Amino acid sequence: MIKKKTIVCRCEDLTLEDVENAIDAGYTDIEELRKKLRIGMGPCQGRVCIQLVQKILEKKTGKKVTIKNLPKARPPIIPVSLGILASDEK
Amino acid sequence: MKNKTHVVIVGGGINGCGLAYNLAKKGVDVTLFEKNYLSSGATGSCGAGIRQQWSTHENAELSMKSVKIFEKLSNELGEDIDLRQGGYLIVIHDKEELLQSEKNVKMQKSLGIAVKIISKDEIIEIVPILNIKGMNAIAATFCPTDGHADPFKTTFAYANAARKYGANIFTHTTVIDIKTKNKQVSEVITDKKRIKTDFVVNAAGINSKEICKMVGIKIPSKAVRKEIMVTERIEPLFEAMVISFKDGIYFSQQKEGQIIGGIPIPEQKFGYKTDPTVSFLHHMSKTLTRYAPILKHINMLRHWTSFYDVSPDSRPILGETNDLKGFIHCHGFSGHGFMISPIVTKMLCEYIVEGKTSELLESLNLKRFKDKQIEHEMAVVG
Repeated sequence: MIKKKTIVCRCEDLTLEDVENAIDAGYTDIEELRKKLRIGMGPCQGRVCIQLVQKILEKKTGKKVTIKNLPKARPPIIPVSLGILASDEK
Repeated sequence: MKNKTHVVIVGGGINGCGLAYNLAKKGVDVTLFEKNYLSSGATGSCGAGIRQQWSTHENAELSMKSVKIFEKLSNELGEDIDLRQGGYLIVIHDKEELLQSEKNVKMQKSLGIAVKIISKDEIIEIVPILNIKGMNAIAATFCPTDGHADPFKTTFAYANAARKYGANIFTHTTVIDIKTKNKQVSEVITDKKRIKTDFVVNAAGINSKEICKMVGIKIPSKAVRKEIMVTERIEPLFEAMVISFKDGIYFSQQKEGQIIGGIPIPEQKFGYKTDPTVSFLHHMSKTLTRYAPILKHINMLRHWTSFYDVSPDSRPILGETNDLKGFIHCHGFSGHGFMISPIVTKMLCEYIVEGKTSELLESLNLKRFKDKQIEHEMAVVG
């Protein structure tokens, strides 16, 4: 696998190499990785990338990342425009 | 882990990590315990703003000195903290607010802060997407050296630099008790190990109350629940942080292009519930699109809750008290812990290392709440 060209996070354009470098630099907590790289903070909100990051992290550190340690899902489920949210229509 | 250290810091947020850096740099043996991961509390949930426009002299002085440190921090720590100085634009809605603003600006200027009152036309020049009518603005105050930085990057940069100087930082380690001997702290017990120490710094954010309880000190702070949201990335539209004390709203566009902002929820309650509310989203998006109608087309991506650790006068509680030697308070930041952390951690470091204190540090001591007259910070937002 070409690490420089393998995209892990499509929203933030992060490659496998970016993720592995951050883990090597000591960001071995999935939340710290997320905050360092902004992985899972784009429009997909982690639905595409977080499971991949979980696997990469487990492989590199040899430690299991439990569901409890995964970033919390935050609302909304899909992006919603501010215009719709501001509307008084029920 | 060693069984003795000079300083134990409880809390791995911006102030805990900043202090670990300052101490380690001076050669002090420092150990930090964070029960979750670094920046997992208020630091990692905050709005990232750095503002010097305050109503109390102390807060203005703290933030002004902090901005001077922030400006050099990327170089000092060897990592980019993404500081952007696009200014803070504080909307003035009526004559009463104008009077208070004039008073604030006069005090801020006397300290050397480059702040001024600007006209409606100047507001639009600085943030073109704003709607004067929608905001009910009559003027604004603007300080071009205010801005924002990345709270995660800043915390990590402080922690990484601290480690380079020999600080021991332990995450996922909970402090469960603090032992004292002859009115002096002596030992810290965590869920993993115990360690003897001369100083304990309480930088545990909203959990500071629990830490204080371990040594029998009562603090008058309260956890206040806050909500905040972020939009998708869009092209750069404006650089200033826009805030209003009347509407309670604040919002800015970050380096990556996302707009981040918050507002108090109508049914604000004290407590520790972390579920975000629909009523916040409705209120926030309604106010935000009133201020900047063009944003109605932008998607909101994420919405979360965190807490302000609010002291009775909305100013931090810093330093040592006579009841217990070696126990250093570093909490009660009331929603602006990130922006004043550079100077706070520097002052506390000087206090611990050299015993150096100042009028400013003394004015923020816990003992001030024993006096009846405290000056309340008026300029709180969010």
